[in-house]
Amino acid sequence: MTKKQKKVLYRIILAFVLLIAAALVSRLIPSLPFFVPPILYLIPYFVIGYDILLKAWKGILNRQVFDENFLMAVATVGAIALGEFQEGVAVMLFYQIGELFQSCAVGKSRRNIAALMDIRPDYANIMTENGIEKVDPDEVEVGTEIIVNPGEKIPIDGVILEGNTTLNTSALTGESIPRDAKTGDEVISGCINMTGVIKLRTTKEFGDSTVSKILDLVENSSMKKSRSENFITRFAKIYTPAVCYSALALGVLPPVIRLIAGMSPDWQTWVIRALTFLVISCPCALVISIPLSFFGGIGCASAKGILVKGSNYLEALSNTKYIVFDKTGTLTMGVFEVTAEYPAEGYTKEDLLRYAAYAESGSGHPISLSLKAAYGKTIDQNQVTDIEEIAGFGVSAVVEGQKVYAGNARLMEKMQISISELHREGTAVYTAVDGVYAGCIVISDRIKPTSADAVAGLKQSGIRKTVMLTGDTEQTALRVAKEIGIDEVKSGLLPADKVKEVENLLAEKNEKENLAFVGDGINDAPVLSRADIGIAMGALGSDAAIEAADVVLMDDNPAKIATAMRISVKTLQIVKQNIVFALLVKFLCLVLGAVGLANMWLAIFADVGVMVIAVLNATRALKIK
Amino acid sequence: MKKVYKVEVDCANCAAKMEEAVKNTPGVKDAALSFMTLKLKVEFDEGIDPEQVMKTALKNCKKVESDCEIYL
Repeated sequence: MTKKQKKVLYRIILAFVLLIAAALVSRLIPSLPFFVPPILYLIPYFVIGYDILLKAWKGILNRQVFDENFLMAVATVGAIALGEFQEGVAVMLFYQIGELFQSCAVGKSRRNIAALMDIRPDYANIMTENGIEKVDPDEVEVGTEIIVNPGEKIPIDGVILEGNTTLNTSALTGESIPRDAKTGDEVISGCINMTGVIKLRTTKEFGDSTVSKILDLVENSSMKKSRSENFITRFAKIYTPAVCYSALALGVLPPVIRLIAGMSPDWQTWVIRALTFLVISCPCALVISIPLSFFGGIGCASAKGILVKGSNYLEALSNTKYIVFDKTGTLTMGVFEVTAEYPAEGYTKEDLLRYAAYAESGSGHPISLSLKAAYGKTIDQNQVTDIEEIAGFGVSAVVEGQKVYAGNARLMEKMQISISELHREGTAVYTAVDGVYAGCIVISDRIKPTSADAVAGLKQSGIRKTVMLTGDTEQTALRVAKEIGIDEVKSGLLPADKVKEVENLLAEKNEKENLAFVGDGINDAPVLSRADIGIAMGALGSDAAIEAADVVLMDDNPAKIATAMRISVKTLQIVKQNIVFALLVKFLCLVLGAVGLANMWLAIFADVGVMVIAVLNATRALKIK
Repeated sequence: MKKVYKVEVDCANCAAKMEEAVKNTPGVKDAALSFMTLKLKVEFDEGIDPEQVMKTALKNCKKVESDCEIYL
């Protein structure tokens, strides 16, 4: 409990004791003068309610009359004015108990969620003249050498200078299998160093490190409000004044009508009913439980390595019916290997690989990396100039003074270089030197072992259609699609075509259904932002993907998409339960109150009880499996 | 320009009202308050001193919800 909450707790206990004392005294000593019992009741009333009265008064001064404090002040002052002292005090007392309970419940779930996302490192060990010193990670400059001991979190992104170890990335990825890291490897902040002492040279400032980025993202996520939240905010704006005017009408109209009809006006009954009505009406249960549910869902997802950038995206996920996948790096490993070389006459395999690897040496694309790996020797950057990337086709470069083209069959066609044969399996890199075909290198990608299960899982959770987009040849694409169980394939696409394909699909579908695009975030940023929901995967450490996507999967397991959807659906269920439950109970109690069947006690339940139940229900979102 | 402030407020409805009050402060382009993280993100109009704007914003917030605080 915070200080504030403790203070309220003491006031509640004190007021409760004083209330009982007042009741006992006025019961046991009937000969008291008539003005004494009211005064006795007013003491606990002011002890428990002074702050509410003060706030209500300030609200009136600032022309903010229709808030909770105002409702409670009017209801209790009204009850006291009508001689219902005990009830007036009790209502205030129970209101405060409910508020305290709610404040604790919210505080607890806030802490639970915070603990779930507790990846913030507290310190970094730097080496100084006086040995190792612990400093705030914020103060560490780029290029500083830091030491990370076993059991500590890596505070800042960096490169290992000395030492080998195993890293636990589960706080970031939800993946429990540890990763090995050795000298020369880049490591990211937020991982826990498990086995060995390592020395790092930091490559980023703390503010730019992975861990800060993730924390920022999750903390900001609850600011992007969902449609349900916006609905409730708008609803509360209309609802509160509407209820207040209804209460006023309830307190005034029936007595006036009765007067006109010649009956006794019965003011007291109707005013009490109006006050009960006011207490019931408080909208807080709705206003609080909905953001809380979404926040719980987002917290739950981030514990599983799924970062959702806003409540609105979590909401949209539940209604996703179409999923479009990028192939490379998403459904396949994106780890390419050279599987065959077909040099043309006059070239050796070695030559062919050298030309291709040199031409592609400027690119970080997986294909280039696999060429470099297959070539196996260091690349002398002085031997290659004028590298030019021809998006969707390949590259051109000048290698050892000769113009080299390396890319797909269309590149050769474009350059009017005739090729001896078309290779159907895998991805073929055709190479030409000085305008003459030099041969072809076949590179294959492996399908992720989780892809087929992931697609099957998505089908089960109600996805209507899965589409795969790829720049690869039709043969490769069809083979992969068949193996995984994808419904539709579009192959041979340039990056720009992918946007067009997604736009076509967006135009075809029903407005209420959402389309998600899943990519690895390397060169599909435009598509990610064009889709209703952009999902980037394997994004650990990739800033571009974190920027462009709405949902970020920290590891590269496509099965997490189904997990994200399940969390989204369950969160939405909880939100709906809360809306329906709160509105139903309130409405029922309002009707009962209006016809005089509900007393103040029921009113308090309808206000505070509903709120507490809604909050408890909302916290279930945290524990979705 | 965007800035994030820590806030203190007790109820969700009041948080929504504070957000509205900050949004309506001159010099503020957009604002979002998260009751869950108790953080207020404010986007300011170009070429405006955030400190002055936030002072007014806090005053406006106090008007709609006396029991709130923005840590400037």
